[in-house]
Amino acid sequence: MTELLPLAVLLPLGLGVTAFVVPERGARALAAPGWLAVTALVAALAQRAPWPQRYALGQWPAPLGIALHADALAVALLVLACAVYAAVLAFATAYFARGARDAALFWPLAWLLWAALNAAVLSADFFNLYVALELLTFAAVGLAALSGRPAALAAALRYLLAALVGSNVFLLAVALAYGATGVLALEALAIRLQDAPYAALAIALAVAALALKTALVPLHFWLPPAHGGASTPVSALLSALVIKASFVIVLRLWLLAAPRLDLAALGQALAVLGAAAIVWGSVQALLQRKLKMLVAYSTVAQIGYLFVPFAWLAPGHPAAALALEASVLQLLAHGVAKAAMFLAAGTLVLAAGRDDLGALRGAAARAPMAIFAFGLAGASLIGVPPTAGFAAKWQLLQAAATSGQWAWVAVLLAGGLLAAGYVFRVLKLAFLPAAEATAVPPVTSTLSLVALLLALVATAGGLFTVPLLDALRIGTLAWRGP
Amino acid sequence: MTESSLLPLGALVSSLAAGVVIFFLGEASVRLRTALNLAGAFVKLGIVGRMLWGVFHGATYELRLPLLPDNDLLLRADTLAMLFVSLSAGLWLLTTIYAIAYLEGAPHRSRFFGFFSLCVTATVGIALAGNLLSFFVFYELLTLSTYPLVVHRGTPKALAAGGRYLAYTFSGGAALLAGIVWLQSLVGPVEFTHGGVASIVPAAKRWLLVPIFALLVAGLGVKAALVPLHGWLPQAMVAPAPVSALLHAVAVVKAGAFGIVRIVYDVYGIEFAQDLALLAPLAVAASLTIVYGSLRALAQDDLKRRLAYSTVSQVSYIVLGVALFGPVGSIGGLVHLVHQGIMKITLFFCAGNYAETLGMHRVSAMNGVGRRMPWTTAAFTIGVLGMIGIPPVAGFVSKWYLGLGALAAGMPWVLAVLLISSLLNAAYFLPILRTAWFDPPPSHWPEEHLASRGVWETHPWLLIPTLAAGASALVFGLAAGIGLSPLEWARLIVAREYLR
Repeated sequence: MTELLPLAVLLPLGLGVTAFVVPERGARALAAPGWLAVTALVAALAQRAPWPQRYALGQWPAPLGIALHADALAVALLVLACAVYAAVLAFATAYFARGARDAALFWPLAWLLWAALNAAVLSADFFNLYVALELLTFAAVGLAALSGRPAALAAALRYLLAALVGSNVFLLAVALAYGATGVLALEALAIRLQDAPYAALAIALAVAALALKTALVPLHFWLPPAHGGASTPVSALLSALVIKASFVIVLRLWLLAAPRLDLAALGQALAVLGAAAIVWGSVQALLQRKLKMLVAYSTVAQIGYLFVPFAWLAPGHPAAALALEASVLQLLAHGVAKAAMFLAAGTLVLAAGRDDLGALRGAAARAPMAIFAFGLAGASLIGVPPTAGFAAKWQLLQAAATSGQWAWVAVLLAGGLLAAGYVFRVLKLAFLPAAEATAVPPVTSTLSLVALLLALVATAGGLFTVPLLDALRIGTLAWRGP
Repeated sequence: MTESSLLPLGALVSSLAAGVVIFFLGEASVRLRTALNLAGAFVKLGIVGRMLWGVFHGATYELRLPLLPDNDLLLRADTLAMLFVSLSAGLWLLTTIYAIAYLEGAPHRSRFFGFFSLCVTATVGIALAGNLLSFFVFYELLTLSTYPLVVHRGTPKALAAGGRYLAYTFSGGAALLAGIVWLQSLVGPVEFTHGGVASIVPAAKRWLLVPIFALLVAGLGVKAALVPLHGWLPQAMVAPAPVSALLHAVAVVKAGAFGIVRIVYDVYGIEFAQDLALLAPLAVAASLTIVYGSLRALAQDDLKRRLAYSTVSQVSYIVLGVALFGPVGSIGGLVHLVHQGIMKITLFFCAGNYAETLGMHRVSAMNGVGRRMPWTTAAFTIGVLGMIGIPPVAGFVSKWYLGLGALAAGMPWVLAVLLISSLLNAAYFLPILRTAWFDPPPSHWPEEHLASRGVWETHPWLLIPTLAAGASALVFGLAAGIGLSPLEWARLIVAREYLR
């Protein structure tokens, strides 16, 4: 059944091509069956434990050919993508006007993005990862520029430049690794890295490139305008999925290289930057005047929680498995919650007629479901139990406690309080009576409903932490050796 | 699933389901909403009654669901849980009836009753929580579900109060979480156990338990309004009267006080806490709060603010009772958990009746109101006498046991605190009674809000819960020694705690 693996890339690619050639009406009609097909495929892949499954393209075995492999990490992201795409495609159907130009471009690019995401998480080859990242960049930048507004174009251009710098640095890392070891397949690479010259440099460069693409502070400058300025369904895809794909590659390289190279200092540096991201992103979110920019800066903060576990992600560390679980749980929790929050925010902006926080006055009465969705998604970002965000934070706190490093506990708790600050900044305004009578036509309730359903997934997600961790057995990835 | 696990679940779901459905009801479906509210409240009362009877006869009810690795979501009905659950279920019914009338014709009622039901669900969850993590889950849910109630009116004042409330409670939640994580790093997952679990910590690391205790109590003390963590409470008075009643009598402040009871009895164990010398500082903190709250209450002219500072003071009686080492003091603290709730809800119902019927908010405007609204004022009088501790109202029973407990614990200075507090209570409460009963009424009442009150002095659905609560306060004092009275239940808890 491993021949299904390439289909996970080819199917969305084919759907993208189809959506590009048919008129917008047809592309719109393709959304539901297309999603069902990809999801059925992912479900079939996820059923195929034990992981990892491997597939060699063209029957060429790994050192020469290009390998795909689906491990627990990849499956987690594939499933997350299915969940987020379900909401985003449904939302987009109601969001874009029929036959509009931006809609006509959205459908093919969204499918292309999905293909690139799946390729990025399934690739087991260093160069192939580079190709997937480039594909991802082009699809994501195209989507970010979708609305065609000058601000969005400027943001997309900045995003493109940052992502290209990241890609080139990543390519340099690939070249270094290849020059030193003569292989590109990750498994073979892992074995040869130990004695290779510049091996640590290659890994560090690759991690830095990916940190730029994941928008880890201080390399986050491109993210807020790109995510905050994009059309709402695009914002959700970018914040929930695109930065997660590059992060999964960081994790993959780390798990592979760390046992053979001494990366402890780099791990500490990533964790410290993660802590800085939590504080800086949250403070910036507290200062924003536009709703979607606030949500975008919240992403900057939440990315920090992904990187803090690197403090303990070292071979033989007692908290390594906990740290890895925390990172993956945060990846999933933030993916769902942030997508829900962007969809809710976009709905609120539509209902208010403009994207500034002042226009939110009275939103609790005008768009109660969207505000409720925003609040629930916010609860997960704050890390209130029993949300999925709390499960991630709890594992992270356990990791900090296990290693007796209480300063991290302080950062994590402060991050939660700051998140409460920016979430309730929005909710507070929503409860105020509307300042003026707005002549905005009411928005369709489909938008709020989709956001609410996804927010409920984030809220209830924490209740399924134990079965989820049992199924993925992420902790075992922490150095039983590649 | 057996009856043993279904009943605790039912106690939660009865209000949760009602709340979730109510969220999606239109504003206009008043009848359906009222029916759902009352059905939820009665079902919960029935389930709680069944569990109360079972626990009294030695049954245990337990529901365990996996939540996080090694940490279950555990609901368990022990004697202490049932004390709080019964209070919540009983007062939820009264408050629901009251709120239906109070909010008649007001906007956003579906939102209000939805969060109201969530709030009670969280309270019942706090009561039934069988381990620290489950407690924390519901403790935070309580914060989230009460915020929309506090800011319900949407005025800038309400929102400022709500912001302050959140700042306090989320900080408290963070302190509590830090304490839980720290404690669990020493002893593993903490289940509430008679006699506590903290004593397994090896002697060399025991000093760590002192800062952990401080973190836990600080986190809980925010909701219990221990001075200096009480700043949110007087502000939160801007909420509608039924919310204030629920916040002050059952939900929020009690959640904090109940949490402290759990920490001392079932996490540290009272004897171990005494060995670590944690109880005396707790008693001092409680005593300071008692006196400070009363002093501040003296200066308030706004009736609800005066009642709020009185809450600050009275809730700390519970903490004080817990901090008095010995069974008698414990009985006093535990029984006050119920008695304060019933008396305080009576007073807040009355304040709401005055405000809603006559637009009366200030103590100085209450002259002669006893003649216009004799029933409400009678209930108010019972509540006030109970708060001061005059027999035969329930408050007397609490203070009696607290006083005896102080002597038994060798802390006679606590007796002085109780005495000063009673005098201060009298000083800020009795003038209200004099004004209300004996001062001449104004020539006409300023605002007659309720046109359709008929022969009643106010809306009957406002009056009936008020009278029911007032009567309970009297009955629980008179019949303190009989059957399933709060006092007997508190004795039962203490017997099981001390005579393990």
